[in-house]
Amino acid sequence: MDSYQYRRTRDLSIRAACVAAVAVAIVPLALVLTYVTIQGISGLNWSFFTQLPKPVGETGGGMANAIFGTLEIVGLASAIGVPIGIFAGIYLAEFGNNRLGKTVRFAADVMSGVPSITVGLFVYGIIVLRTRQFSAWAGAVALAVLMLPTVTRTSEELLRLVPDALREAALGLGVSRWRATLRIVLRTAAPGIATGVMLAVARVAGETAPLLFTAFGNRFWATSINQPTASLPVQIYTYAVSPYDDWHQQAWTAALVLVVLVLLLNVSARWVLRQRVRTS
Amino acid sequence: MDTPQSRLGPLHRSRRHRGDALFKGLTAAFAVLIVVILADMALEMARTSRASLAHFGWRFIRSTNWDPVREQFGALPFIYGTVVSSLLALILAVPISMGASIWLSELAPVWLKTPAGFLIELLAAVPSVVYGLWGIFVLCPFLRNVVEPLLGKTLGSLPLFQGPHQGFGMLAGGIILAIMITPTITSVSREVMKAVPNVLREGSFALGATRSEVVRMAVLPYARSGLVGAVILGLGRALGETMAITMVIGNRSEISASLFSPSYTMASVIANEFTEATGDLYLAALAEIGLLLFVVTVALNIVARLLVWRVARPT
Repeated sequence: MDSYQYRRTRDLSIRAACVAAVAVAIVPLALVLTYVTIQGISGLNWSFFTQLPKPVGETGGGMANAIFGTLEIVGLASAIGVPIGIFAGIYLAEFGNNRLGKTVRFAADVMSGVPSITVGLFVYGIIVLRTRQFSAWAGAVALAVLMLPTVTRTSEELLRLVPDALREAALGLGVSRWRATLRIVLRTAAPGIATGVMLAVARVAGETAPLLFTAFGNRFWATSINQPTASLPVQIYTYAVSPYDDWHQQAWTAALVLVVLVLLLNVSARWVLRQRVRTS
Repeated sequence: MDTPQSRLGPLHRSRRHRGDALFKGLTAAFAVLIVVILADMALEMARTSRASLAHFGWRFIRSTNWDPVREQFGALPFIYGTVVSSLLALILAVPISMGASIWLSELAPVWLKTPAGFLIELLAAVPSVVYGLWGIFVLCPFLRNVVEPLLGKTLGSLPLFQGPHQGFGMLAGGIILAIMITPTITSVSREVMKAVPNVLREGSFALGATRSEVVRMAVLPYARSGLVGAVILGLGRALGETMAITMVIGNRSEISASLFSPSYTMASVIANEFTEATGDLYLAALAEIGLLLFVVTVALNIVARLLVWRVARPT
């Protein structure tokens, strides 16, 4: 048997190694956030939010179209993906203890691991090729596909947390199953589902790869959802790999805007959930 | 003659049943849609890449010649770049993720668990393209000026660390991927360790084990297959990661033993060339790379889920 002293030292060193691992894991987050803030803030001004990109060589200009485009594409994606996901989640939680339920659950889990770029290829094949047009709504479909598994699985999990007593009470009062599900069960689980939805939205808002060949990009305003549309992530990418210093500056500022947007969604999602836990 | 009561009763009930059946059917339709989308994804990619599949056969994954002008397409350099950068990412990320998840689930004081876990999840929330931007302007110059000269001086006898210091290359790609998969592996591992029954811990403590011995002798053996699953999930993410690695790996389709030299990944070549691809065969070849990526990541995901479920089965 090892001596007590030896075991104690080993215990302490392993624990120290684990603390170090956490520190190392968090360092990149701190570094990235610091750099994005420092580099991005100097380009932050009113025209960044209100003006179109300037042609190469001219300084100034903004990303108004990309900011609006991101909101538009993500909004459309949520309008498509959230209802489908919630309804699929309802099926899994309320009726899904069967073979079909298992299959769907499995498909959703597998889908959450599909690389986002292949989702882009898929939507290119089914929409862009057929309409012969890059468009905001092709981008929205790609993002909707990406958020679908998350929304479905979190909806299911949260609906399952609703006590059966509530369902039984509603049915016992003569309410039909569908009304009980929508008005009692879904409403009870709503704050949790909202958290899941916000996390899913935050995740897809920063996606670039699936937009490259669906929404594409645009240096001007898109006049309809059937046109190529600029988005913040794609704009950051194009500007970051360009050779122009001015564009690099704009990329940092755009990254700051995007990160703030995504982190706000994340933090408020958790805040919503905490409110819920406190009141119950 | 029926009484009004008995005529109304079944009618009333059947109407309600119809509403319920409709509702169930509607939700089932949306649920089935998920399966349909996944299946259609596979079909669609197979369809788009048919020309290339037929034209090149197995040569596609054995040839290193990628020449759009002559319509010769061999994907080996991209496969190599993807596999090596992902393995490098695993080598860097697995020890860190394991340490972090052990700390988060076993060692951390209760008041620190939630905020620390939250920070790690935020790491996953930062968009890929932002990591890429940071990689281009901060990480790569740092590697070029500090890390690579240092590695070259100390370990330069190994072929891994030879050649000019460029910053952009396999090493940068591996590091960026490692940063991005650490939160995945950590959070899944943490869930798996949470699912280890407390009696195992209590039993070991009662026998006089130290905290780290409890982890080593009670928690890890029980959680092992789930932890392997977590690592495979991380690998799946690394293989499919696109933007960040495209921005730092240098995008040159060559196979080199040195980690300093530029490389190219499957996802990057799709991202870079797809919209500029002219000619059906070129498009099909890129789609075939996408198909390969899809098949491999789906297979890895299935294996990983099964392994994780052996320890922590959700619902």
